[in-house]
Amino acid sequence: MKKIISGNEAIALGFGDSGGVFASGYPGTPSTETLEEVARLGQVYCEWAPNEKVALESAIGGSIAGGRSLATMKHVGVNVAADALLTLTYTGVNAGLILMVADDPGMHSSQNEQDSRNYAKFAKIPMLDPADSQESYDMVRTGFEISEQFDTPVMLRTTTRISHAKGVVVPQEKIAPQVGQWVKNVPKYVMLPSFGKLRHVEVEARLLRLQEYAETTPLNRIEMRDPELGIITSGVAYQHVRESFPEASILKLGLAHPLPTRKIREFAASVKRLVVVEEMDAIFEEQVRAMGVAVEIGKNKLPLCGEINADILRTALGKEATATTVPVEGLPQRPPVFCPSCAHRGLFTILSKLKVFVSGDIGCYTLGALPPMNAMHAVIDMGASISAAHGMAKVNAIAGREEKPVAVIGDSTFFHSGMTGLMSMAYNGGNALVIIMDNRTTGMTGGQENPGTGETLQGVPVRQVEMVPLVKALGIDNVAELNTYDLKATEAAIKKGLETPGPYVLIDKNPCILRYKIRKLAMSVDQEKCTGCRACLKVACMALGLTASGEKQKVRVDPNVCNGCGVCKQMCKFDAMHELEGENYANL
Amino acid sequence: MQIFNIVIAGVGGQGVLMASKVLAESALASGMDVKQNEVHGMAQRGGSVISFVRIGDQVSSPVVMPGSADLLISFEPLEALRYSHYLKPGGRLLYNRVAINPSTVAAGMAVYPQDVEEQIAAACANAHGIDALAIARQAGNGKAVNMVMVGTVMKYLPMDEEIIRDVVRKIARGKGVEVNMKALAGGAEA
Repeated sequence: MKKIISGNEAIALGFGDSGGVFASGYPGTPSTETLEEVARLGQVYCEWAPNEKVALESAIGGSIAGGRSLATMKHVGVNVAADALLTLTYTGVNAGLILMVADDPGMHSSQNEQDSRNYAKFAKIPMLDPADSQESYDMVRTGFEISEQFDTPVMLRTTTRISHAKGVVVPQEKIAPQVGQWVKNVPKYVMLPSFGKLRHVEVEARLLRLQEYAETTPLNRIEMRDPELGIITSGVAYQHVRESFPEASILKLGLAHPLPTRKIREFAASVKRLVVVEEMDAIFEEQVRAMGVAVEIGKNKLPLCGEINADILRTALGKEATATTVPVEGLPQRPPVFCPSCAHRGLFTILSKLKVFVSGDIGCYTLGALPPMNAMHAVIDMGASISAAHGMAKVNAIAGREEKPVAVIGDSTFFHSGMTGLMSMAYNGGNALVIIMDNRTTGMTGGQENPGTGETLQGVPVRQVEMVPLVKALGIDNVAELNTYDLKATEAAIKKGLETPGPYVLIDKNPCILRYKIRKLAMSVDQEKCTGCRACLKVACMALGLTASGEKQKVRVDPNVCNGCGVCKQMCKFDAMHELEGENYANL
Repeated sequence: MQIFNIVIAGVGGQGVLMASKVLAESALASGMDVKQNEVHGMAQRGGSVISFVRIGDQVSSPVVMPGSADLLISFEPLEALRYSHYLKPGGRLLYNRVAINPSTVAAGMAVYPQDVEEQIAAACANAHGIDALAIARQAGNGKAVNMVMVGTVMKYLPMDEEIIRDVVRKIARGKGVEVNMKALAGGAEA
């Protein structure tokens, strides 16, 4: 039956329909829904790992034990899993293994826009590059076949516009999962140097066999139309090409690595102008040029940064853009913001007030860097808040500076890779204040379970990892709890943490209001008492606003948005704010 | 048929994605090809959200380009104005008149344009605003703004209205069905 589903949902369905047995991953936009959908379908075992390295290693174990396995992550997650990946390519697989990676060109929700095709080249493994939901579905099955036929892990790479775009999918006949033998094979799976040397030879031989496969597989297809213009492309860029140049001949690469060199030469010879259209890096173009094939238009006209769209293509190839309209200028921006009543708001109100240096991390709390808070001064990657703060403190000590850095990190990020940094800080005599916002979920990606949530991806109740004993076990003596809804107490706790020498950890245990659906009565402002001083606006809550006009603008609360946390009330020196009477809950 | 391009805009938490799902499922149930796409990164409430639905015999790109939307549905007036350039000449705009402050306005760093509806009228000759929140509340739940907006645009879509109602019944299930059906009907009359 036809369905309209996203690329992520299609991969999940494809996994269930293609004999999948084990799936693991770590949430990360735009990959997250894949594993959630595997769980929702409920036919195959799946789990959240605390980080991507654990996810891939668990999938490797699943493959060695004979079950078709899947690991899912966003592009930067592969950096975390790369240690496993670059040796997994040597061992190969037992049952099929797919690493699904979702790239984010345009950085809709990422800290960089690295091109995962580099990893396929780096690891010398095949990479599938679907162009819509149907291909995302089909390529899971093909991926397992390639993985088992060539004894290799396979990367299945999407981009945001594949993962999150919905298209029509017709499922194939379902294959029942079959778990194979759990085999001991020391030279294949024990990567001591002596065995690794032999496996490396096999990796190179396998790549040659894959190149031959690339020449004949229908994954790479030539669509001959007008021979005047020939375009080599893949993924969502293929769809933009079809949209803007419906008459063009196309070599569509479904296998993004290794490339079919003979097919490329054949295609180049059959068209007059050759263009390579790819988002982000010039991976195809460099290889085509290295073959001595002339490329008229590639990255000389097309951007290395951001997404490609139909108009960018038209303009690069000398046609008029369709967009003749321009956006209305000067409108107030509507950036993402802490939810009304989020526990992070109180924390950043105080951090902003104290003007400390905040080493931040990846999560909702990264929004503390934006105005008017401006209370985060470095964010690199998952877990870096603590380790970077440690380095800052060491150099500050050498420089004779007294200011103590503050690290802010969430529970999921702490479990992911903050723990090791904190252990290093304790071990190496560090001197930073670490604030763990333990809201018992992976918030920014939509409230996924983690080891602190108390249940698994498939809803099984489990023991929660408790933060205080964990932090103590890592070697930290000074641990205190924090309640960021109480501004005075929060300020006092942070000041104490800053004044106390050595590592100091504060843990806020307020749950994520979205994940745990916490509803409170809306606030209201007494217009007689409000002086319009705007002190409350510093908490940057979208439920607040100034009255339309009048001699002196006063503050009002939008009862459709306010979720009654009362943080703004604590900023008011005139007792103008109070809870609304009666049943009044927000509609957002 | 020519591709019918729809852009749906709003504020995170208003149900833009659910409305998009209803339109996409309805197009599929009507036997047409469809692609739907939005960029959803952060889960928070309050950011600007934009979603595309493209319907036709065969749809390639999931992205609607500025200047090519047949229909813009906005759940908030400022967002209607922000994305009004997605409309093609003669395109139609239906929007909810109930404003939600962006955080920049809430923090006193920017001013919500008081003449937003005049600006919308100047940007689009085919614009029509409704109080979707009041209609949603009448239907029984202020959160049903998204279904009110779907109701409002039903007559302009290349799908049969009964198919859309069927899809909403299927997706809403249980006690949500009655509220959502009332919201659709309320929107259709507005």
